[in-house]
This record gives sequence, C-alpha cells and structure tokens, in this order.
Amino acid sequence: MNHETPEGKRLVEDFSLEALRGGDRAEFARLVESYSARIYRLALKMLNNPQDAEDVLQDTFLKAFRGLHNFDGRSSLSTWLYRIAANEALMFLRRNKHIIVSLDEPQETDDQTEGEPMQVIDWCCLPEEELMSSEARAVLDKAVEALPHNLRVVFLLRDIEGLSTLETGEALNLSEMAVKTRLSRARLRLREMLTGYYGERLAHQRQERKNAG
Amino acid sequence: MNDKTCHELLNSLSAYIDGELGQDVCAQIESHLQGCENCRIVVDSLRKTVYLYQATSEPGKVPQDVHERLFRCLDLDEFLGKGS
Repeated sequence: MNHETPEGKRLVEDFSLEALRGGDRAEFARLVESYSARIYRLALKMLNNPQDAEDVLQDTFLKAFRGLHNFDGRSSLSTWLYRIAANEALMFLRRNKHIIVSLDEPQETDDQTEGEPMQVIDWCCLPEEELMSSEARAVLDKAVEALPHNLRVVFLLRDIEGLSTLETGEALNLSEMAVKTRLSRARLRLREMLTGYYGERLAHQRQERKNAG
Repeated sequence: MNDKTCHELLNSLSAYIDGELGQDVCAQIESHLQGCENCRIVVDSLRKTVYLYQATSEPGKVPQDVHERLFRCLDLDEFLGKGS
C-alpha cells in the first residue's frame, strides 16, 4: 500500500521511502523486524536447513540495505524483499546442486501438462486431528521438499506467503500464465503425495473399525 | 480419472478452486463434476491440500539467536528488542 502523508512524504506499506533510501537505520531496523519472520519461513521451506535459511535471511537484508536506493516503489516493499530472498534461495540451490538432486529434477517446461496417474481416494473425511497430526505435518513438509525448485518457489509464494499471481510473477520474473501453470502443477503433485499418505491412514482407520466391530 | 474430459479438466482445477475461471469454463467444469465422482474427489482433495498447507503455516517467529545474529550482521544491534 503506497500513499503520501499530509507533509508529502511517500510511505510504502507504512515505511518512509525517503528515510529508507537515505540510510535511516532505525527505519531499516523496523523493516527487518516486520519482514524477517516471513523471509525466514520462505528460506527454511525452500532449503530445509536452518543454517542455510539463516544465510539467505542475512544475505537478503544485506542486499536490501545496499539496494534500497534503487528501489523504485513500483512493486511493494514486501514483493521486492521476496524477490531478493527467492533469488538468493534459488542461487543457493543451484550452487549446491549435486548429482542426486539433478537426477530428481528433470528440466520441465511450462507447456507440459500434468499427465501423471492420479490416485482417487476420498480422504477429506478424515478428522482434523488426523489431517494435522505431527506425523501429517512432517508429510506435508516432505511433499514440498520433493517438488522441483521452480514449482516449490511458486507454491510457497502463492499459497504460503499469500502473494497474488501478479506479485509472484514480479518476484520471480515470470508471466502470470507461467505462475498459474506452475502453481497448478505444484498443487496437483502435492495432492498426489498427500493422497498416498492420507489414503493409508484412511485404510488403517477402516481396518481398526472393522476389527473393533 | 480415466476419461479424456477428466484429463483435460485437470489443468484447470487449480484456477477453478481459486475462482479465477470465466463463467463458461466454470459451468463446463461444474456440469462435468455433477456426473463424475472421481473428479469431485480430486477437486475436494485439491482444495483440502491447499487448505491444509495454509492452516499449518503459522507466520511463526525467527528464533531469538537467529534474530540477534541478523541484527548484528546488519549493524543494527542498538535496535535489538525495540521492535514488536
């Protein structure tokens, strides 16, 4: 949200752009305080390693501090920070890519359709405590981890960080169509992986009921 | 998901649950869903998948030690503990 104060100072999401650009450290500390939790969460889910996520968190704000004078305010500050963080995380993954990762990560193009087999099991009826158990949460995390980087980053920005399609496109230099395509593929794959787990839980629950009855 | 229509619809389902599709396409999907239980299950479980991720992703906090090291590396020590 960008607007001007009565004194004509430009505010971007309640931060003074002049102060930030002018190197005001108190204002920058406020910015770090406001966004660090979200940037850290993105980095952690991208990299699955607290130490690497911390490096990305620090590099993101170091780059932001150095680059603030170039920030033109066309995108929001949060989108701009997500853009830096996503780039840092993707660069980190590329730098540390080893053979196993590259075998798991065939090059994908956006015009591919999702042609994988679909498991059709109605697991939505499972109780909430089963769907959100600590075991289930670990499965949710593992499923995100198994996504190729280009799908993972889109899914995290859209569905976890809550950026719009347009903002995600701005953060990743992608067209809105590419964002939608990647989000669709990420969600379908996650659904497939969760169906494997929840389908088993459902079968287990039914078996227990049968044994009890 | 063994019908040709089912596979054709598959790539529209994400936009469908986000309410991003035009009326015509929505009507087409809904008409198919009425007669196809498998696709209904896929739509429901896709929606539930997104819901589960959102419901279990609390904003959380940066661990205290990580937070302190961040402020230190940015030379912002004097502002530690002054935020919300």
